[in-house]
Amino acid sequence: MNVQVMIEAIPALLGGAVLTLQLVAVASFIGFLLALGVTAMRLSGRIWLVAPSYAYVFFLRGTPLLVQIYLVYYGLSQFPEIRNSVLWPFLREPWWCALVAFSLNTSAYVSEVMRGAITAVPVGQIEAAKAVGMSSLKRFTKVIAPQAMQIGLPAYSNEIILMVKASSLASTVTLLDLTGVARSLASETYLPVEVLGMAGIIYLILNFTLTRILRGLEWFVSPRQKSGPGTLAKA
Amino acid sequence: MIDLQGFGGLLAEGTWMTIRVTMIAATAGVCIGIGVALMKLSSSRLARLLAETYTTVLRGVPILLVILLFYFGAIAAVNSAARAFGYMEFIDVSAFAAGCLALSLAFGAYSAEVFRGAFQSIPRGQIEAARAIGLPSTKTFFKITLPQVWRLALPGLGNIFLVIMKETALISVVGLDELMRKTQFAVDFTKKPFTFFLVAALIYLGLTVITMGVAAWLEGRANRGFVAQRRGG
Repeated sequence: MNVQVMIEAIPALLGGAVLTLQLVAVASFIGFLLALGVTAMRLSGRIWLVAPSYAYVFFLRGTPLLVQIYLVYYGLSQFPEIRNSVLWPFLREPWWCALVAFSLNTSAYVSEVMRGAITAVPVGQIEAAKAVGMSSLKRFTKVIAPQAMQIGLPAYSNEIILMVKASSLASTVTLLDLTGVARSLASETYLPVEVLGMAGIIYLILNFTLTRILRGLEWFVSPRQKSGPGTLAKA
Repeated sequence: MIDLQGFGGLLAEGTWMTIRVTMIAATAGVCIGIGVALMKLSSSRLARLLAETYTTVLRGVPILLVILLFYFGAIAAVNSAARAFGYMEFIDVSAFAAGCLALSLAFGAYSAEVFRGAFQSIPRGQIEAARAIGLPSTKTFFKITLPQVWRLALPGLGNIFLVIMKETALISVVGLDELMRKTQFAVDFTKKPFTFFLVAALIYLGLTVITMGVAAWLEGRANRGFVAQRRGG
């Protein structure tokens, strides 16, 4: 073990970690928005909306993320229509390709979380909301969404951690994320165990910190927080 | 139908390698998972600490990094050892072995949690009853506990199997000739990346569907004693 090399690798690896977090943050934001649409289609009860959303989720969850990245990064160049389109300057860049693949991938997983959380809200509550004459929008924002958030948040936290780990695949399309930096440092120094091990430690710290933050968020949206006197319930 | 331009055989070879790696990782991973789950439930503090560290590390680090670590780490170790003995040529190690090892350990770490939950849901009374009629503890484990753990763990194991099967694609990064790498050969030759990666995606999707079918069948079999009860209740 060469501890010196491990310590010297830290600044470069942290630089890579910034790209990792950036990809995760942007992809989970876009993925969340896409997932809202997919979930709405999936729960619409209309077959011509349910079928495509089911196929979308099934394809993205049933195939490796590596295939999806390669399909976007290498695959799209097969079509002259895309190479000549206004999107090409973006889709030529590995950063955008990784982002597109990660966003689509996470949207499929998150939409499953959302679907599970929304269907877990007791039917009686929705009936009650209808009975007191709430509009469907109000029913969703005041009754369904707050409860679905509590139910779905633990699974969603898991999904974010999976996303951090999955983002290591960005290194396969030449991006210098945490894994990418570690790979190039490992081949420069000829000390793969030290450098890749240090990258592993940084991933562990990242995931541990994120888990704590998300636990905090879970506690924040949990009902006991609001039930006590003088808490956020007034807001 | 998509024209494979004569690369169908190559993709089939790759698919077979993917299936082999997945089966090896699953078999070894189930054994590791049971062992680690028992360590987590043991009364020894050291065993619990080791098991917790193992699962935390393997679940917190990307599998790609683990594969790279084993592959390049093994190369570095083997070559420096060879140099110490005066052998100066470069020695390559097997991507197959490194990949199988990494995925087995990952499968073990994921399944340990599933098995722990399953072990804990076996009613204590059954083990006491087995002891009362004089069954030795190994026999209690293999005849009473394990068959029921299998039934309880199956749904979780099916999910992990699907995850690991998709992760085998990552071993192509260190040069194992599985489905992904064979597809890359075909892409390099035909210059049709979208077509061939889509075919690879459909093959993975096919494997996923087959696995889901087998898992449902196994679950049905394992639950056959409970069907009547559920219908009655």
